[in-house]
Amino acid sequence: MKSTTNTNGQDLVLPYKYPWNKITIGIIIIFICAVIGVAVGSVYIPVTSVFLILFSKLNLFNGSIELTPAWHTIIWNIRFPRVVLALLVGASLGISGATYQGLFKNPLADPYLIGVASGASLGATIVFLSGIPFTYGYFSLLPIASFCGGIVAVFIAYLISIKSSNTHLSTLLLAGLAIGAFATAITGILMLRSDPDLRPLLSWLMGGFIRAQWSHSILIMPYMIIGVSFILGYSRILNTMQLEEYYAESLGVNTEKTKRILIVSATLVTAAAVSFSGLIGFVGLIAPHIIRLLWGTDYRTLLPLSGIVGAAFLILADLTARTIVNPIELPVGIITALVGSPFFVYVLLKTKGSTVDGS
Amino acid sequence: MVLDLQNISFKYGNVNAIQEITAHFNPGELVSLVGPNGAGKTTLLKLISGTLKPSSGKIYIYDQLSHNLTNKKRAVWISMVPQNPKLPDEISIPDFVMLGRNPHLGLLQWESKKDFDIARKSMSLTEIDYLSKRKLGEISGGERQRTMLALAITQESPIMLLDEPTSNLDISHQIKVIKLIRKIHEQKSGFGVTILAIHDLNIAAQFSDRILLFSKGSIAADGTPEEVLTKNNIESIYGSEVTIITHPEHGTPVIIS
Repeated sequence: MKSTTNTNGQDLVLPYKYPWNKITIGIIIIFICAVIGVAVGSVYIPVTSVFLILFSKLNLFNGSIELTPAWHTIIWNIRFPRVVLALLVGASLGISGATYQGLFKNPLADPYLIGVASGASLGATIVFLSGIPFTYGYFSLLPIASFCGGIVAVFIAYLISIKSSNTHLSTLLLAGLAIGAFATAITGILMLRSDPDLRPLLSWLMGGFIRAQWSHSILIMPYMIIGVSFILGYSRILNTMQLEEYYAESLGVNTEKTKRILIVSATLVTAAAVSFSGLIGFVGLIAPHIIRLLWGTDYRTLLPLSGIVGAAFLILADLTARTIVNPIELPVGIITALVGSPFFVYVLLKTKGSTVDGS
Repeated sequence: MVLDLQNISFKYGNVNAIQEITAHFNPGELVSLVGPNGAGKTTLLKLISGTLKPSSGKIYIYDQLSHNLTNKKRAVWISMVPQNPKLPDEISIPDFVMLGRNPHLGLLQWESKKDFDIARKSMSLTEIDYLSKRKLGEISGGERQRTMLALAITQESPIMLLDEPTSNLDISHQIKVIKLIRKIHEQKSGFGVTILAIHDLNIAAQFSDRILLFSKGSIAADGTPEEVLTKNNIESIYGSEVTIITHPEHGTPVIIS
């Protein structure tokens, strides 16, 4: 419900309205970010050319395109796939971050900070280094392996946080830190024992979209769609999960089932994101908090808008990463960490002493 | 019968919290559970609400075994106001009250105009309309109690359980809340069962139809306030000497030490 004040100065309570207008504006913002992302780079390409190529690919424009082949390649084969992958990964991390925060009643939960992403990247590394072919047309083993690694990590972090006598919100993060460090160590050992040419793997682990291809976006789409559908479907129930578990149960919620479905869905979405972009932190922390500050805590609003903010943020972060120290490309994870770490401290200080904790 | 407890027992580890309690609750009753600390009042409420499962014995709600009910079905029949729960600070009061509609909604169904009218009505019944713009972290203990009560009313269930609804409140808020509970109970016009665990014997005596006096996990006395709150019962169970007088206006027993 939303409340407003009518002309008599009385408080009126209005029923919940789905934020269609905010979502529409958000999609327009993403589109603008995407166009900027495609146009700007080591070679600047006029926005009109970006639109020309987009329209011709969508069969909306039949005239002849007067573009040099080089521009065509840059726009369609390099920058577009990169921007679209950043969009999908940003949306995934924003939505899964908000979901973990709701489930664990912990405003600092982020797929990266609670160890899910590290677990997922360990899963992907194992497949990567095993030598077995992992891509079959439009099916890839990478997201599946990431999912297995991520789900193991999140369950261990969760078990530690509920078994620990100290139910403070830091427990989950510390457990996540330990699991993340462990998974990263194993990843390191596996890498040292394998083939010497590790450049693709290394750049992937650093996090980024340097090697982004159209096929990557297509490969992770099904997992994202399945995971996000379940999460959005449970968004109203996630509101009731903000109460203590027994209280939510007295309101008719099957809390065990809800937790299982949402952990699996959020991890699936995270794994899809990690499987082609590597470790990118803090997006899942920043996006939901901006929405919370602006429009409150209703998960029906929070989840879709976190996805939108995550997508726009990651497109811009990637743009910054590849242009700020021209001609060197920074891993995008560096940019998100630069923005995210102060943000993390801010949220930490703000929630200090709050009753919201990991119990 | 609305609620039927048959021989239920419950153990916390090796400690018997509830020992073979049998009790029946009829439509229209407002029942108070009283007794010393640790006598099993709260545990019994948790067993009825389904938060705890009895170690042995059976609980029937409208002739259906509680054990077999889904949380959702149980929530349609039973609402609960817990004692001092941890609540999320950032949720607004109307959003919180609206959560009471959850048992009536399908997974993909959202609150309709009707649901929202019900929530608004329970907010005005509990006189918390003026909190429309506040969040749970910004209200006092008395307001919190009335807000949780509003959520329970919004649930529209015939059975309402309340765990120490007047604890931590000053005397004026105690009376306000307990009168409200009585009023809500009477609005169910003879269908509802309201069960509250309560410390204050005088409040229990004044506002209940029936009192169950608990001692060490068992029911020591069951009946009207006059039948249960006798000098003998209270002295043997609480272990301190008391005097019982009659309330000058209500005719109910008043316990003074």
